[in-house]
Amino acid sequence: MKQLLSFIRKEFYHIFRDKTTMMILLGIPVIQMVLFGFALTTEVKNTQIVAYAPAFDEASERIIARLDNSTYFDVVQRTTNRNDIEKAFRNGQAKLVVVFEEDFGENLIHENKAHIQLIADATDPNAATTFNFYATNIINDYQRDLLGATKNPYIIKPEVKMLYNPQMIGAYNFVPGVLGMIILLICAMMTSIAIVREKEKGTMEILLVSPMKPIYSILSKIAPYFILSCINFASIMLLSVFVLKVPISGSFTTLVLISLLYIFVSLALGLLISTVAKTQLSAMFVSAIGLMMPVMLLSGMIFPIESMPIWLQAISHIIPTRWYIEAVKSIMIQGLGFMAVWKETAILAVMAIVLVTVSIKKFKTRLD
Amino acid sequence: MLPNILTTDNVIVAENLTKKFGTFTAVDHITFEVKRGEIFGFLGANGAGKTTAMRMLSGLSIPTSGKGFVAGYDISKQSELVKQNIGYMSQKFSLYDNLKVWENIELFGGIYGMKRSDIKTKTDSLMHSLNFEQERNKLVKDLPLGFKQKLAFSVSIFHNPQVVFLDEPTGGVDPITRRQFWELIYEATSRGITAFVTTHYMDEAEYCDRVSIMVDGKIEALDSPKNLKQQFNAINMDQVFQQLARKATRLEL
Repeated sequence: MKQLLSFIRKEFYHIFRDKTTMMILLGIPVIQMVLFGFALTTEVKNTQIVAYAPAFDEASERIIARLDNSTYFDVVQRTTNRNDIEKAFRNGQAKLVVVFEEDFGENLIHENKAHIQLIADATDPNAATTFNFYATNIINDYQRDLLGATKNPYIIKPEVKMLYNPQMIGAYNFVPGVLGMIILLICAMMTSIAIVREKEKGTMEILLVSPMKPIYSILSKIAPYFILSCINFASIMLLSVFVLKVPISGSFTTLVLISLLYIFVSLALGLLISTVAKTQLSAMFVSAIGLMMPVMLLSGMIFPIESMPIWLQAISHIIPTRWYIEAVKSIMIQGLGFMAVWKETAILAVMAIVLVTVSIKKFKTRLD
Repeated sequence: MLPNILTTDNVIVAENLTKKFGTFTAVDHITFEVKRGEIFGFLGANGAGKTTAMRMLSGLSIPTSGKGFVAGYDISKQSELVKQNIGYMSQKFSLYDNLKVWENIELFGGIYGMKRSDIKTKTDSLMHSLNFEQERNKLVKDLPLGFKQKLAFSVSIFHNPQVVFLDEPTGGVDPITRRQFWELIYEATSRGITAFVTTHYMDEAEYCDRVSIMVDGKIEALDSPKNLKQQFNAINMDQVFQQLARKATRLEL
């Protein structure tokens, strides 16, 4: 026990003396949350659009006003010159151009039929789809208001309800994702680097010939990163609740428990990497390429798993982050309890057991 | 005091100690004894099997066959007890760079289960005898290499082991510091600690009480430097070593 304590103390010295690394480790989650929260958002907000009509009339002006008044769009230019449409896209002035046909208002009133063309910059197809969706909705609203004045007995009005996240706030989606990634980054990458550093510097040999039990040196290596992860978990939670206004609707205890389990899995992964890697550089490489890439791409953090081809979906099953993110979403956003995430918990628990067994076994054989 | 102390005062005993990796025999039936308080030089070209032999004796590696006893304990069956009674300093620098001098001492004292009060008094006297009082609170990485090496050695015998294994301890150090380093070894052996040293410097081989020279996994010569020089009709240990090492057929590992 005394051995273990003096060793854990040493690990803390290592981390706290290395101020840059510590700042990075504690700063990354904050920076990522702020970036994802305010800069890298997929929400449509104040997108610049241009309106074109050969001649503006009352009806087109109304629609333009509605678009402009919505939080989604800013009408930066209205033009009667057809050439301006292409110019607007070329110089990046607009992501969407609303084109009214000639005599738009006339046609609408007299023939009950008028045309609007939506031209979107589809270099980012997802964004283009979203712009079209919002613009169409706004135009439909206007149309409905017009219909209200006249009489039309046949109206099907689908009422769409966005469950759990009615305002479609992006933070609801990325907070669990960032949480999953940060914990994995700190636990797996930093732990493996810390262990491999001892191998590289030759101090590991000294530890191996000392009467210190291998399990002690493992425990003391992971202890500081465990605590760092807990601090990061807390800071991400605080930011998400108080700054990004993402509530924790479900049981906080369950959330903490499953996070601890996930931290454990990540630490075990780090141990495993450290038994394979011989240098700090290769440990970093294995963590970055072998861990971070698949996690970012296949955990559902950025791309929805449902839209992946079957074989990629299959691979995503072995990524712990996938299960963790699902569980966190269920608890935080959907407000569900433990019964809803027992499957994810069980999978993470099995992963933890397997990883710990394998890495401790490997760690031991290296002594012989 | 010790449950299993050998009647003969041999602190290290190797009997036909052998280590095979697959079909490759790294250490081939070596047999020798080292007496308490002796400085035992363990020489050999790179790849001769020195490191493997040393790893077996320090409980890091399990022998394929043969027997070995260190500090009275069987290296195959009682490696934990062996580890408690030895010190080890490797050719790579073996202290923690970003810990202070006293923190390194405290850490290793703690690892070997020493009492905190003992660690404190012993640290004080060590700092005094090494003339290190000024450096006590410095980070190890800020010390000159010679200081580091002396400190590493002092730490490796801090828990008063019966045997200290020194794996090329003076690599890259200037001759004056090397001389000072050897004085530390003499001082330790005068207190009854046995030193088991590998080295590449043949002048250092002259400082040893007895020297063994390994060639291709076997011990080809073992005696005091004086006797070896006579036996091989050489003026210094370098010539002895050259004559034996020439027989090596193994490539460098």
